[in-house]
Amino acid sequence: MNSPFSLFKWEAVFKDFSIFFEGFITTLEVSILGLTLALVLGIIFGVLSTSKIKIFKIISRIYVEIIQNTPLVIQVFFLFNGLPYIKIVLPVFLIGVLGVGVYHGAYIAEVVRTGITSIPKGQFEAAKSQGFSHTQTMRYVILPQTVKIIIPPLANQLVNLIKNTSILAMIAGGDLMYRADSWSSSNMYYGPAYVVTGVLYFMLCYPLAVLSRKLELKEKRKVSINVEDSIKAQAIVTEGGL
Amino acid sequence: MSTVFNQTNMMFLLQGIKLTLIIALVSIILSMFFGTILAILRNFSVGIFGRIATIYIEIFRNTPLLLWILSIRFLVPIKPMYSGILSFTLFTSAVMAEIFRGGMNSISKGQYEAAYSQGFSKFQTLRYIILPQSFRRCIPTFLSQAVTVIKDTSFLWAVGIEEFTGKGMILMGSFVSSFQIFLLFGAIAATYFIMNFTISCCVRTIRTEY
Repeated sequence: MNSPFSLFKWEAVFKDFSIFFEGFITTLEVSILGLTLALVLGIIFGVLSTSKIKIFKIISRIYVEIIQNTPLVIQVFFLFNGLPYIKIVLPVFLIGVLGVGVYHGAYIAEVVRTGITSIPKGQFEAAKSQGFSHTQTMRYVILPQTVKIIIPPLANQLVNLIKNTSILAMIAGGDLMYRADSWSSSNMYYGPAYVVTGVLYFMLCYPLAVLSRKLELKEKRKVSINVEDSIKAQAIVTEGGL
Repeated sequence: MSTVFNQTNMMFLLQGIKLTLIIALVSIILSMFFGTILAILRNFSVGIFGRIATIYIEIFRNTPLLLWILSIRFLVPIKPMYSGILSFTLFTSAVMAEIFRGGMNSISKGQYEAAYSQGFSKFQTLRYIILPQSFRRCIPTFLSQAVTVIKDTSFLWAVGIEEFTGKGMILMGSFVSSFQIFLLFGAIAATYFIMNFTISCCVRTIRTEY
């Protein structure tokens, strides 16, 4: 009768669905703002890590390595438990945005860096020979091409970012995970609460994951066609030459 | 300084590191095994098993880890450490499956055809030709997933499993000065950093060797 998924527990979840929905909205807000911050940081540090000036390279390397090799939980706990000791008390919402933003910024920086370095060196040289400055080369030649390459991994990062906003549950942040957890620990109706939470997260993440895969396939197909074309073109040139 | 890093505290933190590493290692090994099975099913089984593997992978890839940690802890009556290992194995298997699938997909079709033309059965082709190569290709990605697992074990503190982060936070409760708190935070972060950075460097070396 009293299984974790009894009918009356489901009814209770749907009666209090507004609580879950509020959490869902908070998760959404933190995700959007976090993504914006992560993109800004990611692009800045990603571009810096390909610059010729050594100090910029070192700074962005330090940022990426430190953030990628320490847990998000520790970073967020530092903002939440550590900073108040030096009289900096941030609201939890802001901690969430800063936490996932800075964390995923490091990952996006790596994505951007790989995107830029995957552009053949000849293009930099060609742009330079046409009198483009470094900034102009980046702005008009390199970055527009990079964008296409990095969109699929970026969508992937966005999925991870949304999933990681659940960190807010550990600092009473009022997001979806926190609402579900606090609601179900007050009445012990864990089963249906977690199922509903899972479905809500899935609804956010799955379309992005599908989109990412589709774009990736499209990009791959295009690249392979290009390679084939260039091989053919080369063959024609050599044939003509011979 | 000496009050933070005395022998009792160090031993206390060391226990946490031990638990973190045990949970991470066991769940990485288990999820590499289950991930391989899932990947093979998703790629090569057109029937019901392939369908199930796809659904499993998509569900776990698109929901937060913390959800699984909480639900396993509260819905499955096993010891805290085992519930940690179970939730990480379930979650990471799906990730490993996708990594391994990427590895298998990167192997050219010609190899399958060559194997079949030599009279290899489908199973033999997988066992002797495709899997060993895919596995080799995936080693760097598996290792960087290991970094993620070590980092993410800190989520287990949400259900009171006293791994490294948990022990650190408990210890932090006994300090009051901002200097001690920051020192402890720095020490915890540095320890995680050393563990993970070592693995990251291995990943980079292997990648450039390939």
